[in-house]
Amino acid sequence: MKVMVAVKRVVDYAVKVRIKADKSGVETSNTKMSMNPFCEIAVEEALRIKEAGRASEVVVVSMGGEQCVETIRTGLAMGADRGLHVITQDSSSLFPLAVAKLLQALVSSEQPRLLLLGKQAIDDDCNQTGQMVAGLLGWPQATFASKVSISDDKESVCVEREVDGGIETIQLQLPAVVTADLRLNTPRYATLPNIMKAKKKSIQRVTPEELNVVIGSDLEVLEVTEPPKRKAGVMVASVDELLDKLKNEARVF
Amino acid sequence: SSALVIAEHGGGSVKNGSISAVAAAAAALGDSSPVTLLVAGSGGAELDAAIQHASSAHPAVSQVLVARSPLLGQPLAEPWAELLVQAQKKGNYSHIFAASSSFGKDVLPRAAALLGVSPITDVTRTIDQHTYIRPIYAGNAMATVRFKGSGPCIVSIRATSFPAVPGLALTGVGHPSIVDFDASSLSSGAIGKSKWIGLSSQQTERPELGAAKIVISGGRGLKSAENFELLEKLADKLGAAVGASRAAVDAGFVPNDMQIGQTGKIVAPELYIAVGISGAIQHLAGIKDSKVIVAINKDRDAPIFQVADYGLAMDLFEALPELVAKVPSKRL
Repeated sequence: MKVMVAVKRVVDYAVKVRIKADKSGVETSNTKMSMNPFCEIAVEEALRIKEAGRASEVVVVSMGGEQCVETIRTGLAMGADRGLHVITQDSSSLFPLAVAKLLQALVSSEQPRLLLLGKQAIDDDCNQTGQMVAGLLGWPQATFASKVSISDDKESVCVEREVDGGIETIQLQLPAVVTADLRLNTPRYATLPNIMKAKKKSIQRVTPEELNVVIGSDLEVLEVTEPPKRKAGVMVASVDELLDKLKNEARVF
Repeated sequence: SSALVIAEHGGGSVKNGSISAVAAAAAALGDSSPVTLLVAGSGGAELDAAIQHASSAHPAVSQVLVARSPLLGQPLAEPWAELLVQAQKKGNYSHIFAASSSFGKDVLPRAAALLGVSPITDVTRTIDQHTYIRPIYAGNAMATVRFKGSGPCIVSIRATSFPAVPGLALTGVGHPSIVDFDASSLSSGAIGKSKWIGLSSQQTERPELGAAKIVISGGRGLKSAENFELLEKLADKLGAAVGASRAAVDAGFVPNDMQIGQTGKIVAPELYIAVGISGAIQHLAGIKDSKVIVAINKDRDAPIFQVADYGLAMDLFEALPELVAKVPSKRL
């Protein structure tokens, strides 16, 4: 069984983002970029499934400009077998619907039995792509996974999901789409020997045209602005002073 | 223009988040546009009660559309997305709205893909019918997004940004018609390939995190699951909900459904009290819209103090018992 994992290159989670002066977006040049943390969790889960003998191959895919190769290499250094890079000119115009269509095309040529993704990317916080590609493929979906168990016969997957009311358990027939939540696992660090090995692994390049996907969008980002700031508060010296402020100043009691 | 709004319901009533979605639809489309509230389930007394509630839940609702099918008894994305597609084909709505709950997040993008359009998720403000503001980068930036497609404009909204209770009396308030939708032919390749097994949840008598007027949450500083009882004592005296930071959930002190933050729940209570929480960006993303924020942390340099209206740099194990003793009881 082949597992495909979609990964996204995003501004590193520890970077405090700066908004461009022309409000066209967030500054990404000279900014540390990394694999989206939820995607890392998805890669880790794919590797664990393979190590448990439930999968034979893990393929990492990404889409965007040349630098996406770095993100795919990160997945290969973690242990994935090979990479696929859909090369596009401008990744800022790649909205989830276009990504879902590209993934759908890659799935039809690669025929994985499981497509793993992160539940959301920490840049646009859309939380859409997994659900959308599942819909396009006509596959069942399990979003926000905190536990993934492939059945012995590899015909189904049992997933625990983090939902508003607690933990939900659902079972899906394979092939299926699963999106990873935070507590699914802790991703491994790539070791130096594995980073060296990853340099020799294959990354195949394809274009949207070769996949017969037209990149367009029915969405337009008009502007990106600073969020409203909270005004600075005050420090109080004691519980009594706090309660006094809450009662007489904030009037919440 | 017209809107279809998904009603999540439980225990015979429509959830507040879905009523907020109605409020958002009315705000975006204007009071005179018809709003259809879609209530679906497998049938029975609870569904009937939810239909009743739906018909009086918000004055902007002009029609309650009822779908009954054994496939809709559980919150599975495959049949629900198909239901939305069928309802859209029949009703030709200009908009579909839902709350950005775990259910809305699961179903809406799938339905959008089936309808061939991009959804706009987690909206916090409406500008006009096709223009919306949503937070990106964990709320560190706000994006204004315009839908320019020809299909329905599909929007999920952050419930805390749209009060479920209308501020103004709307004109044309009537009794919505209750219309049955034939859901007997729900079929697609994916339906039946997913099976709902169960839900394990913590039963609590405290108010829901999303709806509570006061929220008290604890972080890693609480040090153990047992110490959360200190918070609970204070919460019980104030009639507050109890939440937690991601660090506290990851440390196993409390279950995941208590997590507040970018990837957990978003809250906007009148009063938010953060105890032993350092204030990571992703936690702040979930509390920014609270009216008053109080932070208690013995580390004077904790980032939480930069967003708190009132900061108390004190050991929480001293502060909490003193607070419990001195706060006015809000409970009857």
